[in-house]
Amino acid sequence: MTSVGILQIFIFLAIILACAKPLGGFMANVFNGERTFLHPLLRWLEVLTYKAIGVREDVEQRWTQYTAALLSFSVFGFLLTYAIQRLQGYLPFNPQGFGAAQVSPDLAFNTAASFVTNTNWQSYTGESTLSYFVQMSVLTVQNFASAAAGIAIAIALIRGFTRQEKRTVGNFWVDVTRATVYVLLPLAVIAALLYCSQGVIQNLKPYTTLTTVEGAKQVIAQGPVASQEAIKQLGTNGGGFFNANAAHPFENPTPLSNLLAMVLIFLIPGALTYTFGKMVGDTRQGWAIFAAFSAMFLIGVFVAYHYEQAGNPNLTGLGIQNQASAGQPGGNMEGKELRFGIANSALFATVTTDASCGAINSWHDSFTALGGLVPMFNMMTGEVIFGGVGAGLYGILLYCIIAVFIAGLMVGRTPEYLGKKIEQKEVKMAMLAIIATAFSILVFSAISMVADFHAKGYWNPPGAAAANINNSGPHGLSEILYAYVSATANNGSAFAGLNTNTPWYNLTLGLAMIIGRFLFLIPLLAAAGSLAAKKKIPVTAGTFPTHGPLFVGLLVGTVILVGALTFFPALSLGPIVEHFLMQSGKLFSMIPVTQLWS
Amino acid sequence: MATTTTPSEPVLKTSQEDPTSLLPKKLARARPLFDPEIVRRATAASFAKLNPLTLMKNPVMFVVEVGAALTTVFVIRDIFTGAEGVKFGVQIALWLWFTVLFANFAEAMAEARGKAQADSLRKTKTDVIAKCLRSGGKIEQVPGSELRIDDVVVCDAGDLIPGDGEVIDGIATVDESVITGESAPVIRESGGDRSAVTGGTKVLSDRIRIRVTSNPGETFLDRMIALVEGAERQKTPNEIALNILIAGLTLIFLLAVVTLQPYSVFSVAQAGSGAVPGVAVLVSLLVCLIPTTIGGLLSAIGIAGMDRVMQHNVLAMSGKAVEAAGDVNSLLLDKTGTITLGNRQAVEILPINGVAGEELADAAQLSSLADETPEGRSIVVLVKEKYGLRGRHIPEGEANFIPFSAYTRMSGVDFEGRQLRKGATEAICKFVIERGGEVPGYFQDMSDRIARSGGTPLAVADGRRLLGIVHLKDIVKGGMNERIAQLRRMGIRSVMITGDNPLTAAAIAAEAGVDDFLAQATPKDKLEYIKKEQAAGRLVAMTGDGTNDAPALAQADVGLAMNTGTMAAKEAGNMVDLDSNPTKLIEVVAIGKQLLITRGALTTFSIANDVAKYFAIIPAMFMTLYPALGKLNIMGLHTPQSAVLAAVIFNALIIIALVPLALRGVKYRPLDAASLLRRNLLIYGVGGIVAPFPGIWLIDQLLVLFHLA
Repeated sequence: MTSVGILQIFIFLAIILACAKPLGGFMANVFNGERTFLHPLLRWLEVLTYKAIGVREDVEQRWTQYTAALLSFSVFGFLLTYAIQRLQGYLPFNPQGFGAAQVSPDLAFNTAASFVTNTNWQSYTGESTLSYFVQMSVLTVQNFASAAAGIAIAIALIRGFTRQEKRTVGNFWVDVTRATVYVLLPLAVIAALLYCSQGVIQNLKPYTTLTTVEGAKQVIAQGPVASQEAIKQLGTNGGGFFNANAAHPFENPTPLSNLLAMVLIFLIPGALTYTFGKMVGDTRQGWAIFAAFSAMFLIGVFVAYHYEQAGNPNLTGLGIQNQASAGQPGGNMEGKELRFGIANSALFATVTTDASCGAINSWHDSFTALGGLVPMFNMMTGEVIFGGVGAGLYGILLYCIIAVFIAGLMVGRTPEYLGKKIEQKEVKMAMLAIIATAFSILVFSAISMVADFHAKGYWNPPGAAAANINNSGPHGLSEILYAYVSATANNGSAFAGLNTNTPWYNLTLGLAMIIGRFLFLIPLLAAAGSLAAKKKIPVTAGTFPTHGPLFVGLLVGTVILVGALTFFPALSLGPIVEHFLMQSGKLFSMIPVTQLWS
Repeated sequence: MATTTTPSEPVLKTSQEDPTSLLPKKLARARPLFDPEIVRRATAASFAKLNPLTLMKNPVMFVVEVGAALTTVFVIRDIFTGAEGVKFGVQIALWLWFTVLFANFAEAMAEARGKAQADSLRKTKTDVIAKCLRSGGKIEQVPGSELRIDDVVVCDAGDLIPGDGEVIDGIATVDESVITGESAPVIRESGGDRSAVTGGTKVLSDRIRIRVTSNPGETFLDRMIALVEGAERQKTPNEIALNILIAGLTLIFLLAVVTLQPYSVFSVAQAGSGAVPGVAVLVSLLVCLIPTTIGGLLSAIGIAGMDRVMQHNVLAMSGKAVEAAGDVNSLLLDKTGTITLGNRQAVEILPINGVAGEELADAAQLSSLADETPEGRSIVVLVKEKYGLRGRHIPEGEANFIPFSAYTRMSGVDFEGRQLRKGATEAICKFVIERGGEVPGYFQDMSDRIARSGGTPLAVADGRRLLGIVHLKDIVKGGMNERIAQLRRMGIRSVMITGDNPLTAAAIAAEAGVDDFLAQATPKDKLEYIKKEQAAGRLVAMTGDGTNDAPALAQADVGLAMNTGTMAAKEAGNMVDLDSNPTKLIEVVAIGKQLLITRGALTTFSIANDVAKYFAIIPAMFMTLYPALGKLNIMGLHTPQSAVLAAVIFNALIIIALVPLALRGVKYRPLDAASLLRRNLLIYGVGGIVAPFPGIWLIDQLLVLFHLA
């Protein structure tokens, strides 16, 4: 690790910390329905939206109604995304003439599920599959919608803690509208302009064809990239305009745009901790969560950075210089962009998997075994290290409930968090969410390891599901595992190296995304409803303190322990054994690409 | 002079416990933890509990049993096919069965302790022949089991009281040792708050008439037997929530282990060598991971918690009440008998100007010689200590003792021509003035000053000569201050309830250090106060004995009724203190907290243990597939077989090792939540991670030493 690299990591975290209070406070005001400095400018848009969809701002919903609204919103978005993809051939802004042939029904299902669940897993290659119209009208719109829905759910859960003996948790339509109008839209506009300033393209031109110096013909894809890029990062969506995602020079041209991307990813999740603290009337509670986030983030980033910088010891044996020096980065540079280097690639990989973003600026498949373990483990925690917009906060609150329930008993009282007793209902709902996630990851990946299909058949043309991997040995296991972890955690980043554009993978990954999103958040909304109905217990010396370093340590321990205990067997057959094998000099071959893309 | 009601005897007994501990030494009822009789019963019951239908209620142990059965089937198959590794398989199967048995044993131990108590209670339930009073005053001999509500029975000295009831006529001393374990007889009389009698207790003197208040099979003794036997045991809310948590964790680990099989199949295909782990090893991993420690001990903890309450001679009507006691935010404590000693004591003698202290002391002593109230005796004692005046004996006939009456509000003696009187200030002043004496102007101030400080002024006069005042004071019980401070550290507010005026109440409240007080409290005030506290989200505990306490007892989250109290009070509360010692409320709170802490500690310990088990089993299980994973074998366990066996054996033995902890409860210290948490997290969290490493290592060494693996 270099001192410049370490410094950059801390500068990044400092920016997130600095933004947390102003943005978090602003969001608290927005969702409490108070007037903000943006109201004179944007209130008309909010009011207009309510009129258009026929919603009364002052009518609140019970958790069941809130969930029903969320589901109908998502189902509508899903159907629209599916239909427009399949019909892209009949729709405008399609200079390359893409049609239904590029988007099979299973791929359209996978992509629709992916964007509605804020996952942005991409089984397709953007520039060779989807028209500008699809990218803008449904994908970018879903980037806003799924992010706004995530924030809304987090706010509803916070209300569960702030309210007393109430039946309602807010109004979904109002929360989504406010999240979009006052938070996402203004920030996305600013971010898009900043991106343009760095050279990110924004046009509707057909692809440029040129002849290279060698005389070869090259097609350079174009498109409205900056606008999608802004919300992609800000809404922790991560679906790239291009297949290469944020490694592509048109998406992420400079180190500064790289920093901007990472800041945008953590911006709202970081600030929501302050929103939480402010709404529950004790900002220390929010800072405790911010501290837990930061601690887990720093552990991850330094493990990844360390192993990436250390590189592969077998190369050193061959006389290759592995040390960083003025002339070269050293370490493992495979699959990394030279303009970002090891520190910023490891940082980006950690940030994008901590938050459920999934944008990538380097190939995680090419990371060292333990360097690649970090992104995978980050997602296995259920995306609760800053996490997705809204999703990170409601995810960590779930862990707060679990941590408080187990350890809270040790102070000799029925466990309580923020004055609310944690009882049967809350524990049941929290466990349901964790079980659903574990089920989706473990069961789907296990089936894919052993499922056998007819070669050239419909479900998986290469034959066995395991035949789609790019590397043999433990790394192959990691490739399959990573895909289902990423889908279930609604991250969407690809380890790559696994060909997932087959009906089997498209369907199961799509299901994993839906389970990971809805079977996680519906139990939490149920818990919000039950919490809101409870009385608040006054704080005394006998109350379990949930703001000090002790609680932060407990929370971090719970997240890591639950994740580690659930996935240690799987990880031991993947990255962990791969690491030991690498140390002992045993390497595995890459399966030739021709065999893959038959 | 003014007499206060004399509280029942036991009040003074347990109040002088070690003030640094909230849990006093076990009372007479406590049994040794591993009483041979109980152990024998529990061992038999552990086998009976193997029935899958009963075990199904405990999802964790049910999974272990299914795993054990599955392993057994495979081992038997291997024995017949002559496959390798039979010795290992048999041992694994045996230890898995032991795991289930150990958990069953823990629960059976707790239940057997309850049953043993129930048996000793049942022995007292001999059928009594009751003297039933029929209309017309005829007495008919009826078996006690045929008495119905509203029958009236007569009991003479030496009779056993045939059923629960209320004294409607007469007064008698009753031996209630069957119920309370307390040998000193108590007084039961008609009317008032000491009218309730319990079936099975014995009348020692006099004759009383009793109206029966319960039908056969529903008496207090019957309910008590059912409660301690666990027949009516229902899972408490927190227990259910914890059960959901550990069942959820079990499901997660089931997923993790079941999917490990296809993962291994894939890995073997990729590596081109090695073997997929067998059933015995997979089941071993599962059993080691699922929270068997807490799963096996959870119900024992609950039963033992009830049992501990019982050992303090408190009868909790439900486990829920004990749990609620741990959550209490406000304790309503009656002043008299709980915070202060039952009686006021003379602390000071204040003569008026021109009167010598000795003269006043002498008069006060003489007027108190025949006064048998504790207040009167305390004056004699004070005078003796301060002025060296020994108590004199006044021969009968030479003096005329004037007893206290509510009308005159004074008492005294006519002796050698002197008229010595002591009593309420106004009454004595009137007495003096009537005889032509004088009352100085400052006298009223003197008297008021004492009243304001929380004391009671007692004026003394010798005929027409006013002598001065004796200062009587409420004495706060020794150690009470520390206890209140402990409560505050635990986050519990203590509220003093008294019938005194606000001035007096404030002074005593300040002296005892309580957080709040309710003066001139009527039963209605109490009820209102509880409702107010509950509206603010607080849980309230209180004690009470009178019928007029019943609504408040019912409203409180924890209502501890005194056994000496009325039936209505006992019905309304959710606990009954058989010793009728209101201070015990504090102990009940401590037991409730201890119960919850024990649960949390063992859950944390159970989950933390998993870390070490992974390091033992994972490398062993993939030894042939990926020998490189041997680097995870940081304990240096000998062979894959010894490693897996060591983990399984450790997992089984830890259940037995923790049975005493589950039954006794973890040590509870009255600390604030943050210190408690830090301490317990260190012991059970960090300790839970570290402890299994040496444990498994040691078992592995032994297994190799004895050639078992």
